[in-house]
Amino acid sequence: MNVPQNKNRLTSGLVGGLVTTIGRILISVFVPAITFLVLWQVFIFLRDSNAPQLVIVLVAIVWGVVGVALLFVVSNWFVEQLPAEWSRRLQPFVYIGPAVAIMAWYLAIPVIRTLILSFKDDIGSKWIGFDNYIFAFTDRIMLEAFRNNLLWMIVGTFFSVGLGLLIAVLADRSKFESVYKAIIFMPMAISFVGAGVIWKFVYTYKGEGVGIQEIGLLNAIVLAMGGQSQPWLSIPPWNNFFLIIIMVWLQTGFSMVVISSAIKGIPLELLEAARIDGATEIQAFFGITIPYIKGTLITVTTTIVIFSLKLFDIVRVMTGGNNGTNVIANEFYLQRFTYGNTGRASAIAIVLLLAVIPIIVNNLREFNRERRAF
Amino acid sequence: MAGGYKNQKKMSSLLVNGILILICFVWLLPTVGVFVTSLRNSQDIFTSGWWSIFPHQENIGSGEIVLDPSVNVDEPMQIEGITATFEELRAGVTLPDGRILTWYGNKRTRTVLISDLQWVGFFHKPLTTQNYADVLTGKTIKFTDASGNEIIRQGNNLGGAFLNSIAVAVPATIIPILIAAFAAYGFAWLNFPGRGLLFTMVVAILVVPLQISLVPILQDYTKLNLNGTYLGIWLAHTGFGLPLATYLLFNYMSTLPRDLLEAAYIDGASNFTIFTKLILPLSVPALASFAIFQFLWVWNDYLIALVFLGDKNRVITFALASIVGEKGQDWHLLTAGAFVSMIMPLAVFFALQRYFVRGLLAGSVKG
Repeated sequence: MNVPQNKNRLTSGLVGGLVTTIGRILISVFVPAITFLVLWQVFIFLRDSNAPQLVIVLVAIVWGVVGVALLFVVSNWFVEQLPAEWSRRLQPFVYIGPAVAIMAWYLAIPVIRTLILSFKDDIGSKWIGFDNYIFAFTDRIMLEAFRNNLLWMIVGTFFSVGLGLLIAVLADRSKFESVYKAIIFMPMAISFVGAGVIWKFVYTYKGEGVGIQEIGLLNAIVLAMGGQSQPWLSIPPWNNFFLIIIMVWLQTGFSMVVISSAIKGIPLELLEAARIDGATEIQAFFGITIPYIKGTLITVTTTIVIFSLKLFDIVRVMTGGNNGTNVIANEFYLQRFTYGNTGRASAIAIVLLLAVIPIIVNNLREFNRERRAF
Repeated sequence: MAGGYKNQKKMSSLLVNGILILICFVWLLPTVGVFVTSLRNSQDIFTSGWWSIFPHQENIGSGEIVLDPSVNVDEPMQIEGITATFEELRAGVTLPDGRILTWYGNKRTRTVLISDLQWVGFFHKPLTTQNYADVLTGKTIKFTDASGNEIIRQGNNLGGAFLNSIAVAVPATIIPILIAAFAAYGFAWLNFPGRGLLFTMVVAILVVPLQISLVPILQDYTKLNLNGTYLGIWLAHTGFGLPLATYLLFNYMSTLPRDLLEAAYIDGASNFTIFTKLILPLSVPALASFAIFQFLWVWNDYLIALVFLGDKNRVITFALASIVGEKGQDWHLLTAGAFVSMIMPLAVFFALQRYFVRGLLAGSVKG
């Protein structure tokens, strides 16, 4: 008597459960499907529509931001519908999955793909061995680019760090420290293209002739001091230095702020003790300040060296790499986009990567030391 | 003795501030020049330096003399009581009463201009906002060049480019933050196989130069038809910004107190609830620093926009760079354009200076 009843209940429970499960599966498939469909439709609208620009811009912003948030919410919801065990196992991948996938697509895998392309010809169809690397290391234009990058890395970094250190030390003794620092730091906020225009105007040259007025600041100063106006950006090799000034103008603020915060960390007693012992300011600077902030100086120098290695925008906008001002990153751009040679461009990219490998190794070592527990 | 020390201190403070003021002056001067120029009439820009808006002495024309046909211009001539050759007159001759005689053009013009050296004050020539209107519009514009000719050009539509920059920069800031925040939470507080290995990958690609990616990603974009689309450039900026964002947010989130999370978990909160209700609000400082860094990075970026957007949906840096290329001497447009491109970063800089510095410092390693 009891048994069939039980069986009956079991069956109905089974059927009911089955229905709910099917319903759940349907919903879990249906909801993501609808989400993707809607997002896709908006993408098509954005790509093909002729609506006023403001409308497109607003739709694009909302679509992009809400879309990504929605993808997370929906996939998290989907995973939570699964049995607890599966949910627990899969949930971490819902969280890290998109980030890992995008980083792999955009940075990790391209390292290998670019490496492969660097051994192929201009359209990536034939293996040509080391030809692209022979170009990268022996061609006249590449050697010029290497020389210029070296100039940027040595001269540019030296003055950025040196001036940054000088200003940080001086500003530390002034009541108006924050004002000075804000002014020096300000160029960091603007684009290299904008900075390029600002300095192109400083260097502008109109030439000689009756009634011609130089409107560039540098030429006006040179003329006022009795010199001759010059087309500063077309005289190799000096034009490189005029370009490097722009980088110093941009990067000094960065090194100043970092060094300044390191200087603030020097214990006052240390300096006081030195002064009581009769050390001059200059002795205290070289004996205490410099050794104390050595680590920071190294970090700042490395950062700016990497920056000048990859430098592109300033040269692109100011001279296009002409008149002996070419740099590696600009030659990469020219090879890929002007001459359409993917093989050579890839080899140049690999050269850039090789140059930062010591930094990568160092980052990994530091990371492992900090986080043994990982 | 004490007074001497004080005096010495005062002297050194004066010296320190003097040097700093000098450096700051040099630092600001180029930007000030561009700003002043952007507000001057196009013809004024071509004929005089921007510093001429400050009070200075200037030759102001007060008349001209046309020489009699009988005067031999190849020999010294008698004008206004002095005797001078053509060469001297061309260089300019000062009369005893202070007026200056200058030959106009070549010998055949037979014209000598008279001018006075006079003091002119601030803004003796009116300023204008016309340059800004001209550079923002996409319609045709007119301006006057150095010799007074009217020139007609196609406007550069920087207004449109400005809007496009917003459409690119806002999602390209929020999307990577969102994705990185989820990932950072996962790496910091969830357990899964491969966690250590995957995070090592994040650290390894922190400083990879993005030139590495441009060639292969461009191939993908051509296949997927993503070139020139907003989605394409958002994804690119997301890809290049994610390692840094994940790394920074991970560092921040992993320092949050463990007890807090465990208590919430015991109360039955799901991971999603903990993340949205607890972790995100607590991480606002880190999120804000990175947001500012990424926003400015994207706003100021030229390379990625050049490669993946190009002339379609052009952003402000691209538009400005094309003015440099096409109209390199049109300083009224270039200077106004440069300022339009700088307005947004400068506003962010002055409004959020502290976060800004923190964000930039954190982001300085980006590839």
